Amino acid sequence: MFEIKEKKKLAHLVTLLRVKAPRIAEKRKAGQFVVLRLNEHGERIPLTIADSDPVEGTITIIVQEVGKTTALLSNKLEGDAILDVVGPLGRPTHIENYGTAVCVGGGIGTAVTYPIGRALKEAGCKVVSVIGSRTKDLLILEDEMRSVSDELFITTDDGSYGHHGFVTNVLEEFIAGKRKIGMVIAVGPVPMMRAVAQVTRPHGILTMVSLNPIMVDGTGMCGSCRVTIAGQNRFVCVDGPEFNGHEVDFNELIRRNRSYLKEERMAMEEFVYHEGARCYERRGD
Amino acid sequence: MDPKEAKERMKIPRQDMPEQDPGERVRNFYEVAYGYTPEQAVTEARRCIQCKTPLCAAGCPVGIDIPWFVRLIAEGKFVEAAWKLKETNGLPAVCGRVCPQEDQCEKVCVTGKRGKPVSIGRLERFAADYEREHGETAIPEIPRRTGKKVAVIGGGPAGLTVAGDLVKRGHGVTVFEALHTPGGVLVYGIPEFRLPKNIVAAEVEYLRRMGVEMECNAVIGKLETIDELLSGGFDAVFIGTGAGLPYFMNIPGENLVGVYSANEYLTRVNLMRAYEFPEYDTPVIRGRRVVVVGGGNTAMDSARTALRLCPEEVTMIYRRSMEEMPARVEEIHHGAEEGLKFQFLTNPVRFVGDDEGRLKAVECVRMGLGSPDESGRRRPVPAEGSEFCMDCDVAIIAVGNGANPLIPQTTPDLKLTKWNNIVADGETGRTGKKGVFAGGDIVRGGATVILAMGDGRRAANSIHEYLTTGVW
Ligand SMILES: Cc1cc2nc3c(=O)[nH]c(=O)nc-3n(C[C@H](O)[C@H](O)[C@H](O)COP(=O)(O)OP(=O)(O)OC[C@H]3O[C@@H](n4cnc5c(N)ncnc54)[C@H](O)[C@@H]3O)c2cc1C
Ligand SMILES: Cc1cc2nc3c(=O)[nH]c(=O)nc-3n(C[C@H](O)[C@H](O)[C@H](O)COP(=O)(O)OP(=O)(O)OC[C@H]3O[C@@H](n4cnc5c(N)ncnc54)[C@H](O)[C@@H]3O)c2cc1C
Ligand code: SF4
Ligand code: SF4
Ligand code: FES
Repeated sequence: MFEIKEKKKLAHLVTLLRVKAPRIAEKRKAGQFVVLRLNEHGERIPLTIADSDPVEGTITIIVQEVGKTTALLSNKLEGDAILDVVGPLGRPTHIENYGTAVCVGGGIGTAVTYPIGRALKEAGCKVVSVIGSRTKDLLILEDEMRSVSDELFITTDDGSYGHHGFVTNVLEEFIAGKRKIGMVIAVGPVPMMRAVAQVTRPHGILTMVSLNPIMVDGTGMCGSCRVTIAGQNRFVCVDGPEFNGHEVDFNELIRRNRSYLKEERMAMEEFVYHEGARCYERRGD
Repeated sequence: MDPKEAKERMKIPRQDMPEQDPGERVRNFYEVAYGYTPEQAVTEARRCIQCKTPLCAAGCPVGIDIPWFVRLIAEGKFVEAAWKLKETNGLPAVCGRVCPQEDQCEKVCVTGKRGKPVSIGRLERFAADYEREHGETAIPEIPRRTGKKVAVIGGGPAGLTVAGDLVKRGHGVTVFEALHTPGGVLVYGIPEFRLPKNIVAAEVEYLRRMGVEMECNAVIGKLETIDELLSGGFDAVFIGTGAGLPYFMNIPGENLVGVYSANEYLTRVNLMRAYEFPEYDTPVIRGRRVVVVGGGNTAMDSARTALRLCPEEVTMIYRRSMEEMPARVEEIHHGAEEGLKFQFLTNPVRFVGDDEGRLKAVECVRMGLGSPDESGRRRPVPAEGSEFCMDCDVAIIAVGNGANPLIPQTTPDLKLTKWNNIVADGETGRTGKKGVFAGGDIVRGGATVILAMGDGRRAANSIHEYLTTGVW
């Protein structure tokens, strides 16, 4: 059992949890993730390790409520426990001094760019970050990103905060300004990562993206997480999660992530009906 | 045994094992076979003529003293029979169910020369079940602790065997298992209706009670490397990580929604219990028309699992003919009874999807049999112009497994074969790396439960020797 030491709400539907997992905390590197299972009936879902504290023996995860498991997790309280947490999984981000590195985070994806940005900074990169969300209330980790960035740009789709527009608009301007970019790392919704890759491709800028396919075991045993990369089948949980964005078949990933739409909706409806009322009451929002 | 008595015994007909009716069982996940009653078991055990040089024991990869345990059953000493079995086989309730007996112990039983062989597997299952259900599982006396510690990587049959054998000799044993439950293929691959999971859980519990530590959610190569285990207090390491890397066919459309590897499909249904969705949270696409590609045990288990999720039709596509199918005869028979359809001498060439990327058909080609290949089986060759389409919305690919890369990636001094299996000595399980042993599917490629256990037994012996003498 893995105890929840701290819980903090970051934005609408986005929650930060600090979980006791000393051995994972000691081992993890930027870019790696865990797979967790909440209870005996639960699904196994992957979540990025946003941060860790080896002294306290905790890892930080930041979760967005999109379905039953993430809703249940967000409704846990400090002192509650998670049944299974396995990790650190996946290959760590390749970190080197790229000169200028641009970190692009969209929505919850910023939770993934934060540890990567920090590692790049520590490796001596000049870190330029572009983080965006649909609206101001959904923006997360602004202060944290500022602390690891030499320059920080913020965008909102509705213009309620920062630049009015998409992260790709800022990125395009930046490239047009003839600033030399060593590499771009983009993490966010798949359409956003696809758009970033499209922007950088004509300029031949190395662009890494962190993929989020549906997973089961997370150890390379099932093949659920396969994605076509440069025409080849790759397992994201062992070969990834980061790949060269110019080689990813994003459309296939989008389609595969919709495999269980019907079932997910059904699970969520049942959940809201049976347990949701109680949990939302307890949470008071 | 005097010849007259033997003759009498040979006249006893082989006892059938009662089974759930096919029409009924195809709608549930309960075990297909009920097992012998005590009366049936005694009758069946009396068919054994107690050979002086029993051929059957030589046919068993772990050399169980078959006539001895069978005699105990014939005498009604069921619990003693189970104890006898456990001297050589840590998982008799499992092996009695899933061993390919017809190719091993029962194949060479003398009674089978003229009539039908003694049902050794069923008797093994009976004794083990009896012991478990009557709460007579005895914990053997553990000798004084040696103070040595062994790390076992992987909680499949190979790893569990090593753990049991070494803990009985007083060594400290920790099993590191990547998944949330130990058991390996026994829990994630072989379906509930063939091997109920509570049986595996009972065996694991037995090891725990003997003092084996089970650490689940521990992916070695990620959480800790082998070198870290060796420098961090373990005196030896056994690698029993299995053959868990699904092969695909590399044909167009293989990543459409609805195309599964057998491992994913079976893991969702068995380990994660998708057949009880939404009671359990993990979903699986049930489909209306399901095709399964392959002809082995894994393909058969996938097909029979699919049948139980109630689609309209489940078809197995196999590129050779029925005779060449590697799946157990009993299981092919069970599948056919349950309404499974077969397309022999057929191979998929392409999966076809709709505009949302969901599978809607598979294009196949007919195969002819050419000249024999290295395995001695005739090589299937595609018949040009014979392509045809079959409607389907779920396809399960069961064309074999390779070796998982996580441990080799982080242990560069392990020797590998060209298929990435770990190289280990067949007699001792020693790898080329000091203190590190390996066995089971990670060494053999996909094999059987009992062969993995045999590897575990031999490795445990040489680990014990290594720990006692310190000589590598
Ligand atoms: C490497 C990786 C890192 C991730 N990191 C984070 C993170 O830091 N924070 C965060 O909020 N989310 C992260 N995700 C996504 C997260 O795993 C899914 O949101 C979660 O599984 C949804 O589960 P659910 O039951 O709440 O929703 P569901 O209703 O089951 O599904 C909602 C959506 O989540 C996706 N999904 C469903 N099941 C799985 C599964 N088993 N594995 C992966 N995706 C699934 C589906 O595509 C679906 O569109 C990450 C995914 C991956 C692969
Ligand atoms: C569907 C199916 C049906 C089968 N049916 C039969 C049958 O009827 N009869 C028969 O005799 N054989 C059958 N087999 C074959 C048999 O199951 C295997 O030969 C046997 O399980 C191999 O045992 P093992 O201990 O080597 O590996 P496995 O059973 O594969 O166990 C390996 C374990 O190691 C764990 N692991 C892997 N990597 C790591 C890591 N890095 N760190 C920690 N843990 C790790 C895995 O999670 C797994 O639990 C079948 C196989 C399948 C897939
Ligand atoms: S373990 Fe398998 S081969 Fe050995 S006696 Fe039992 S059924 Fe036969
Ligand atoms: S070979 Fe057959 S008859 Fe002879 S001892 Fe073995 S099981 Fe009995
Ligand atoms: S999640 Fe199963 S192979 Fe990647």
